[in-house]
Parts: sequence; structure tokens; C-alpha cells
Amino acid sequence: MRKHTRRFVLLAAVTAALCVPASGVSAGSGLPTKIGKGEGHLNLIAWEGYTQKQWVKPFQQKTGCIVHATYAGTSDDMVTKMRSGGGTQYDGVSASGDASLRLIYGGDVAKVNPKLIPSFKDFIPALKSPPHNTIKGVHYGISLQWGPNTLLWNTKKVKPAPKSWSAIYSKKYRGKITVPDNPIQIADAALYLSKAKPSLHIKDPYELTQTQFNAAINLLKRQKPLIKKYWALASAEINLFKSGDAVIGASWPYQTNTLKADKVHVKDEIPKEGATGWADTWMMSSHARHPNCMYKWMAWVSTPKVQAEQAIYFGETPANTKACAIMNKIQAGSAKQYHCGASKKYFNSIKFWKTPIAKCDNGQNNCVDYPRWQQAWTEMKG
Amino acid sequence: MLAFGLVYLAALVALFLSSFWTVNAFTSEVQHIWNLDNYRLLWDQGAYHKIALRTIGIAAAVTVADAILAFPLGYFMARVAGGRSRAFIFVAVLLPLWSSYLIRVYIWQLILAHDGVLNWSLQKVGLPAANIGYTNWAVWLIFTYIWLPFMVLPVYGALERVPDSFLEASRDLGAGGWTTFRRVLLPLALPGVVAGSIFTFSLTLGDYITPLLAGGASSQFIGNVVYDSIGSQQTPFAAAFAVVPLAVMGVYLLIARRLGAFEAL
Repeated sequence: MRKHTRRFVLLAAVTAALCVPASGVSAGSGLPTKIGKGEGHLNLIAWEGYTQKQWVKPFQQKTGCIVHATYAGTSDDMVTKMRSGGGTQYDGVSASGDASLRLIYGGDVAKVNPKLIPSFKDFIPALKSPPHNTIKGVHYGISLQWGPNTLLWNTKKVKPAPKSWSAIYSKKYRGKITVPDNPIQIADAALYLSKAKPSLHIKDPYELTQTQFNAAINLLKRQKPLIKKYWALASAEINLFKSGDAVIGASWPYQTNTLKADKVHVKDEIPKEGATGWADTWMMSSHARHPNCMYKWMAWVSTPKVQAEQAIYFGETPANTKACAIMNKIQAGSAKQYHCGASKKYFNSIKFWKTPIAKCDNGQNNCVDYPRWQQAWTEMKG
Repeated sequence: MLAFGLVYLAALVALFLSSFWTVNAFTSEVQHIWNLDNYRLLWDQGAYHKIALRTIGIAAAVTVADAILAFPLGYFMARVAGGRSRAFIFVAVLLPLWSSYLIRVYIWQLILAHDGVLNWSLQKVGLPAANIGYTNWAVWLIFTYIWLPFMVLPVYGALERVPDSFLEASRDLGAGGWTTFRRVLLPLALPGVVAGSIFTFSLTLGDYITPLLAGGASSQFIGNVVYDSIGSQQTPFAAAFAVVPLAVMGVYLLIARRLGAFEAL
């Protein structure tokens, strides 16, 4: 008996370890036509700064949905967390374009009905059905905010003001440079090369042939000895700039706002080569346990006031055009500062994060896919 | 007890098995296709050799530094200090363990930063700035500090157990202080040092937080690659790389047993 029990325990443990939960498939084709009663709770995965008290508290009072938010540091982190617990752990995620398609094709997120979001009609046209959250006319989320990745520098230590991304590849600032610890950073190198080395013919920094990809990796390898630290969290970059360990780097507007509030002499700019950027979408898990609360949340964060508050807090651009006037009311001149209601030309000048896949836009299968980006990034850092 | 052992073994077996699987390139879901690609990648790519060697090298350097620091301290506690000062040193050694690991790493970050206490002090006495913040030196220093208590305690225990009469006999037979140390004290205390080294070595080998927070551009440990790989859904590759420190520790423990470390515990 004893022996059998032992063997059984071992067998059970091994079997349990081998059984990976079956992948989720989104629920039936019928979209909800109205939002039901809230379920009382809402579990979210968000970027730091996306679930501030300022707009979460009134939401809770209004809907009775208590928000439990977890911050994620990278898009990869978001995808991993969304899949945890077979997809039932979290109801929604503020996914950027380099995570949203992976979540859609992985069956992790549900189709949503934009007709249930009253503010949807006021969104800028480019964010109503963008390719990163809408497939063949089917919506898998509601656009939120967007913005550029910027060049940040210490105005006391870096003179004259840099105009080009070449500054973060320059020996002049050896040991004083910091860039994000994120494979998608390869696209930033590719974007710089698309202008600095036209002979490579880089058109889209997320669609790189092996030759173009190698050129970007070589540039990053040459940059590595100049780097003080690859930052993993926004707060880490803030500390590096505060202590003076770094004086120039790639950043988000959020860091600039925080550093300026702390009286550190910094400035940020979109250099002449343009910038990569993010366009975020609130997406709902296909196994969400609180779908009504999630719909209420997506409707709430789309309203002009919340859009304006978040835009100013994080330093990004709202999808809702009606937010611009409110931004100026909260903080004079902020609508212009954060490009609210900016032209289509400005929107198109930003190369938004998206998941690199093997199939290039021209239909050929010779682009480098994301797992190889991740691998190359790890190996480059060595 | 046995059930616990089996659960532990089953987890290791599952880890080992999953290191032979692969993931779908786009959706990142694990596919149970048996192959050696993960190990081939580890073998072919110089970057992973460098990361493994860096991890093992720093773990060894931390162990040596801790042994050198712990031996005189342990000797003083066991054989020189009186009751009260011994109690004081005990508290001083153990007290840092009461505060969070993270707090201690962040404090070191503040000390070693560009505008930190270290550079400030050096400047005051007219020396050039050290600038070891966010380097492998910082990683080594912080690890040495953090794991020191784990070396001090077993070394103290081993030294305390050496009978006074052995040292007196050595002296009576005409051996000087150095010879007594080398031929009597050190061999008798060695199992304690080896036991302590198991802690310092394995704790450093498996850590990723200190390199992540305090390291620089070239401070990736095996743990960091494992952490990043899991974050990017490359679980099978993470499993394959995690087998490396397991193997290293296996060999280490075999050697440690030869040297009598388990009796010293």
C-alpha cells in the first residue's frame, strides 16, 4: 500500500506538471448589446500611472466596482500576467501595440462592442479601428492614449541641446547613457539607422530583414560600452538622473514630468529622426470574471475628463478629442504641450510599437520575428 | 517527509523535461515538441557562456571575500571576546537580517551612486571619485555584505569547537602562531568555512535582484536571463538555463561533502 501511494504521488505530481491548461478561445460570436449590473470587483493590469486615485475613486463610487490594479513593467510582462491562472486572474489590461496582437491571436482577449462606449464617437479617426486592436472590422478593445518615446537629457550637463538620436550612440557621453531594458528598443536603433544609413532601406523599424536587423544589433553592441545601465522600471531611470549617474537617455514623458517636479534640470524632445511610441488599448480578458465592470471601466476612462486627467498625469495624448479643452482648464497650455488634437501628420510621424512578425508588409516571409528580437537583446547585453 | 522529497523531485523533473520543449513564435504558447534547441543555443552563443562564467565567478569571489572577512571575526567571537562583547557582535551580525533585503540593496545604491556617500567622503579627503555604482564591483560588494552572516555563523561554530588543548599542544611542540594556524586551526575549521561557502555560493548563484538593481550594463546573471525569458514567455529556454546552476551546485555539494561540510552543519 505504502509503496503504491508513493508511486501514485510521484505520478500525480509529474502529470500535473505536464498538463498545461488548454489555451483560451474567445467566447461566442454574440457581442453584448448592453452593460449589465457591475460584479463588484475589477482586476486590472496597467502601466504605472494608469490607475490613479484621481479617476479610480469616482469610478468606484459611481459603479460599485472595486479596482484592484497590478503594474506591469514591459509588454512581455503584460502578456505573461494576462495568461496567468488560465486567463481568469485579470479582467483587463492596458496593452500597447506590441502586446495587443499577441493577446488577440493567442485568444486571450475578448471581442468588444464599441457601441457600448458613449465617448467612442469622439475619438480621433486614427484610433477608432487601428490595426493593433481591430482585425477585419472586429474590435478587441478600446483605444486609450498614445505618445512618443523621447530623448531625455540633463540641461546642466549636456550642452548644446541634442537634436538627434545620435547622442545616445555617441562616445561623448560614455558611461552616462541609459536606455530601456526592453527588446523593442531594437526598433529605436533601426529608426535611427533608417535616417543615418539610408543604404539599408529601413522603411518600418518593426519589419527588419536579417541584414537590417544585424545592422541594428551591431549599433546596439557598439552602444553597450557607453551605457551606464539598462533601466527596467521608470523609477530606476528617475533615480539615475537624480543621482547624476546618467545625463542622457531614452525615456517616456512620465519620467520628465516626475524629474521636473523634483527640480532636476531636464528636458525632453522628439529628435529629428522622429520617435517610436505607444498607442495603448484597454482590452478585456476572454475569461473575464467581471465583464460588466470592465465595460463600465472602458466607458469611464474614455470620458473627456478622465482622458484629460490621465494625459496630464502621464504626459501623453488622449484618444478623445473632447479632452483637449478640459486639459487646458486643468493646466493651461497642456493640450498643446501633449499634442492633444494633433494633426494626422504628427500622429503618422510616430512609429507605434507593434509585435515584429516573420511576415513583412510586402508579403514576404523574411522579416525577423519577435522571439529572435528577445533573444538578440539578451545576447547583446551578454 | 518522503512526500515532500517527491514533490521537490517531481518539480525538478518537470523543470528538466520542459527544457526540451519549444514555444510558438507568435502566440508564445508552449508546444510539447521534443528537441535540443534550447541547449544548442546555450552551447553555441558566447553570450550565455559569458553570463554563466560571470555568475559563477562573482559567486566564487563573494565566497572568498566572505571567508576572509568571517575567519578573523569568527575567531575573535569564539576565542577572544568575553560574554558581553560576544553577544554584542552576535546582535551586530544578525541585526541586518531583520531588515528587508531590498532595503539593504537600495541603501548600498545610495552609498555607491555618483552623488553618494562614498564619493562625497572621498572628495572630502581629497581623493578622486570611485564611481563603482552600477558596476560588477558594486554587485560583488553588496553580495559580500548581504551574505556575510551566513558565513560568520558556521565559521564561528567550527572555531568554537576546536579544543584549547589542541592549540596548547601545538605550541608545546614548538609551533609558532602561523604554523599552528596553518596546520591545526585551519584544517579543523575548514568544514565550517566550506559549510558557510555553500550558503554564500548558492545564494549568489541563484540571485537576480542585486544585479538587476545595482548592476551596470554588463551585469546579467543567469537568474536575470531566466527571469527575462519567463517574462517573455520563453519558459523552455528559461528551464534549460536554470539547469546550469543546478548542475554547478550538484558538483559543489559533492566536493563540500568530501571536505566534511555536512558534519559541520
